[in-house]
Amino acid sequence: MTPFHGPYDDGDYADGNALAGPLREIFAVDLTAASGRCAHCGAEGPVALLRVYAHAPGLVARCPSCTEVVMRLVRGPNSAWLDLRGATSIRIPLGVE
Amino acid sequence: MARLVERRAETPSAQTLVLDVPDWPGHLPGQHVDVRLTAEDGYSTQRSYSIASASDGSRLELTVQRVDDGEVSPYLADVLAVGDPVELRGPVGGWFVWRHTDTAPVTLVAGGSGIVPLMAMVRTRRAAGSKALFRLLYSVRTPQDCIYADELRSRARDDFGLDVAYVYSRQAPQGWPGEPRRLGVADVNTHGWPADFQPACFVCGPTGFVETVADILIALGHEPRRVRTERFGPSGP
Repeated sequence: MTPFHGPYDDGDYADGNALAGPLREIFAVDLTAASGRCAHCGAEGPVALLRVYAHAPGLVARCPSCTEVVMRLVRGPNSAWLDLRGATSIRIPLGVE
Repeated sequence: MARLVERRAETPSAQTLVLDVPDWPGHLPGQHVDVRLTAEDGYSTQRSYSIASASDGSRLELTVQRVDDGEVSPYLADVLAVGDPVELRGPVGGWFVWRHTDTAPVTLVAGGSGIVPLMAMVRTRRAAGSKALFRLLYSVRTPQDCIYADELRSRARDDFGLDVAYVYSRQAPQGWPGEPRRLGVADVNTHGWPADFQPACFVCGPTGFVETVADILIALGHEPRRVRTERFGPSGP
């Protein structure tokens, strides 16, 4: 169906807005507006502001303050793996959408 | 499953795809969809595209900037034909969105095809009869790269409370006062709302552009929580 070339489009990273679709497959609410606290440096901010690297197998989201990994998401054929070791907490606004 | 019903050339490298999506639930301006392409051998890949249109029944418009070595955008821009199916997921995103019930003034800053989700906000504003005051600052390389040029010209005239200003980074139109240059502090200060007005600020464009503009807005005294950004990257438009 498609003429595919190289592995990426241009640019080095996107931001957490790009996690909206992949996370919405797992969670019933939008998580990009949720606020996370980085386990490494303690910075707190919306998931939408994380730096998202899609080059890896899966998505790697890094803290915009210290660049440590906050979240990893890998989608397999029958399951999704979500690694949140880099986040101390995530505060999810409810009833907003 | 969506279907392409029409395509429009916006610039030499950008196309608007008009899709019909049965059971589309509606969307907020600023939201995006994830478009998935699957090859015959089963390899599949997806990209996020901002929605360009205001919510309107089952009709949905995306504007796709062709990235020449990209995997997805050349296919959408050049190959996909009217009547072809398109696999998409959405609408998604709940942070980089404007709600027409919000009455605060709005500053929009677009770099290149970063205009797309901001145009959805401009279109929704009028469709919803919002009186929120909007200022749009749009940075393009050359006049030929200006997406929605005609529509922006007529909206700047007809949409009461909408101001539109341009910055040309490579080549300015004939008769333009000043030289082509990158967008700077003076542009944001002159064409955006002052921080005292507590505007909602939306910035969309390539990563470097967005970071520069966000830093300028913060330096001008805007609260970080009122500055919402969306960057293009490997999975962006």
